[in-house]
Amino acid sequence: MTLIVKTITRLTVGLILLYGIYIVTHGHLSPGGGFPGGVIIALSFIHLMLAFGKDLALKKLSESLASFFESFGAIMFLTIGLLGIAGGYFFFNFVLKGKPFNLFSAGIIPLCNIAICLKVGAGLFAVFVALILLKVPIKKK
Amino acid sequence: MCLILFSIGIYCILVKRNLIKIIIGIGIAEYAVNLFFILVGYRAQGRAPILAEKEIVQNMVDPLPQALILTAIVIGLAVTVLIVSIAIRIYEKYGTFDITKIRRLRG
Amino acid sequence: MNPVPLPVTHNLLPLFVAIPLGSAFIVSLLGKRVKGFSDTFSNLATFSLFSISLLSLLLVKHSGTVVYKVGGWIPPIGICMVLDSLTSFMLVTINLIAFLVTIYSIGYMERYTAKWKFYTLFLLMLAGMNGVIVTGDMFNLFVFLEIASISSYALVAFGVEHEELEASFKYMVMGIMASLFILLGIAFLYSLTSTLNMADMSRALAKIGDNQTAFFVAALFLMGFGLKAALVPFHAWLPDAHPSAPAPISAMLSGVLIKALGVYALARIFFNVLGITATSSSIFMVLGTISMVLGGLLALGQEDIKRLFAYSSISQIGYVVFAIGIGTPLGILAGLFHLFNHAIFKSLLFLNSGSIEYATGTRDLRKMGGLTSKMPVTGYSSLVGSMSISGIPPLSGFWSKLLIILAAIEAKHFIFAAIAVLVSILTLAYYLKVQRLAFFGELKGSLKGIKEAPLTMKLSMIALSIICLLGGLLLIPGIQKNFLSLATEVLVNGTNYAQIILGSIK
Repeated sequence: MTLIVKTITRLTVGLILLYGIYIVTHGHLSPGGGFPGGVIIALSFIHLMLAFGKDLALKKLSESLASFFESFGAIMFLTIGLLGIAGGYFFFNFVLKGKPFNLFSAGIIPLCNIAICLKVGAGLFAVFVALILLKVPIKKK
Repeated sequence: MCLILFSIGIYCILVKRNLIKIIIGIGIAEYAVNLFFILVGYRAQGRAPILAEKEIVQNMVDPLPQALILTAIVIGLAVTVLIVSIAIRIYEKYGTFDITKIRRLRG
Repeated sequence: MNPVPLPVTHNLLPLFVAIPLGSAFIVSLLGKRVKGFSDTFSNLATFSLFSISLLSLLLVKHSGTVVYKVGGWIPPIGICMVLDSLTSFMLVTINLIAFLVTIYSIGYMERYTAKWKFYTLFLLMLAGMNGVIVTGDMFNLFVFLEIASISSYALVAFGVEHEELEASFKYMVMGIMASLFILLGIAFLYSLTSTLNMADMSRALAKIGDNQTAFFVAALFLMGFGLKAALVPFHAWLPDAHPSAPAPISAMLSGVLIKALGVYALARIFFNVLGITATSSSIFMVLGTISMVLGGLLALGQEDIKRLFAYSSISQIGYVVFAIGIGTPLGILAGLFHLFNHAIFKSLLFLNSGSIEYATGTRDLRKMGGLTSKMPVTGYSSLVGSMSISGIPPLSGFWSKLLIILAAIEAKHFIFAAIAVLVSILTLAYYLKVQRLAFFGELKGSLKGIKEAPLTMKLSMIALSIICLLGGLLLIPGIQKNFLSLATEVLVNGTNYAQIILGSIK
């Protein structure tokens, strides 16, 4: 990739990652939440891959690590739900609810958002890696 | 308008021969349905359904469809990803994208 | 019966979804590292699911319909999970078959690489199916439907050969169209009733009365769920998808998925939410009959054993839909009983075909012959399954088909009853063909070296054939009262569903 793309990527990848985390954690206050935040975080890694080639991106986040994060995110989400049973119901909101509009309010929702973001981000990145790594032998009929 | 989009999508799925065009047709039809669902929640002169501090609750657009559509879009994404990966594998095996040529199963 | 929520054991309901979901992801995490882990863990999971489903039967009997509010939110604001007799009936059927199929998979899937991927997808599909049955909220139904469908799309293409990919692609395109119709239907219903809770929706629809949008929605749902259930004319994906999938998946798909997603959802929505009318019953009956006849006719000419079974599935599902469409209590009872029976014997037959494929490497009937001498377990269990599905007394299939025909006669649909009898004879014909070509007769030279299937596969097949033999016992009044009749009542109750659900919320 050209030098311009590489320089810009170096500058913006961190910002994109940060923006994604911002969307995830403020999911209960402003639009966003787990899904779009996860997508943006995956995008930052994919951006790396597009600009620098797959080897560098894979060094930052290898495919087995991505697969691990994916399952881990799902299990975390389920555990949060199951822990709610202790409070009486599945997915019961048992963590402290602070004042509305604060960052640390709304009980389990931020934790759920983080779990989802892990899963979506890792999942998208793993899919992209799998599609890129597949070598397609093109047969001419 | 959504129904027009939806019919375009269905037409693409049923008539086009190239695998990729079928997939795009599915995408169009799906967006049409999601769009329709959001429009269902429209209220006249409504505002975005977000509570902010120190703001009086006025006429709001129905927020429920928005949550549902988020989920539906994600499902659509997963489905699209799966179908594209299968399309790639098909290309690998058959060497063509034309569905009239991919007809090994008969009867 | 007044519903009484129990303090602890009513937490049972979400477990039906949580256990397979959790196991799926744990298997995906650890299945690669530890050898043999995915097998044991998945079997543990399905076994626990099966025991819980039996428990749920007791629960419903003890306390009537159980409504579980997810997260403590009161419906209709929150999502609720509903356990009534129909639910527990379907749960027992599905989890029983899933458990036996996972036992079978231990032996069969040795041939494929990446067993842990298979189990992950399988458990996800099971989670989706259980979710569809258990939920009481319309959009939640759609979400779980999609989870199960997506996993099944991936599973059909599991061993990536030409035919499997092509079949999976066609299945996916049609399945996605069906899901889009369903989503569109839900959108319309939401615009009509401003609620997504099924009980609330049925109340609101009753207030609105008959109107054009409701009719349009009913048509959309019929198309969407009909495709998932493989009713004619939406059946075209089934003969391609079911044979190409690996055998345990064919068993799950044909024996369970089209029932849970298709027939159950149709019944639940048309009986409990939209309210059954004369038009809808007749449509069910007509479509059911067409499926019966078409499936049977097309099955006669097949040489691929799994494709023949697939067409037979279309035919038998036609029976079930027809019986449910009759609308009388006897008809619904017969339909549900046949649903249970078909799940058992169709899975048995598909597992048989799997073991034939495992041993001989072919699915072509013309190349087989005289297998019973070398593979006795497969041979005899296949005999039991075929006789049962053709309706030979005293096996279970005979009773359910007899009931369906009696119900049709009782409701004065004589022509339909006659067609049902004719199709039953047709069924006997093509299953006899399978038996003759595959099992009896001379053992062909190329097949002399084959061996019987491995132990786990044998176990499942024997278990299923025993259930076939004993299935007729389900009609004994004592057992029937507890199991089948309660399920029938739920459907017969129709729109009273709303009263029961909403009445039990505190």
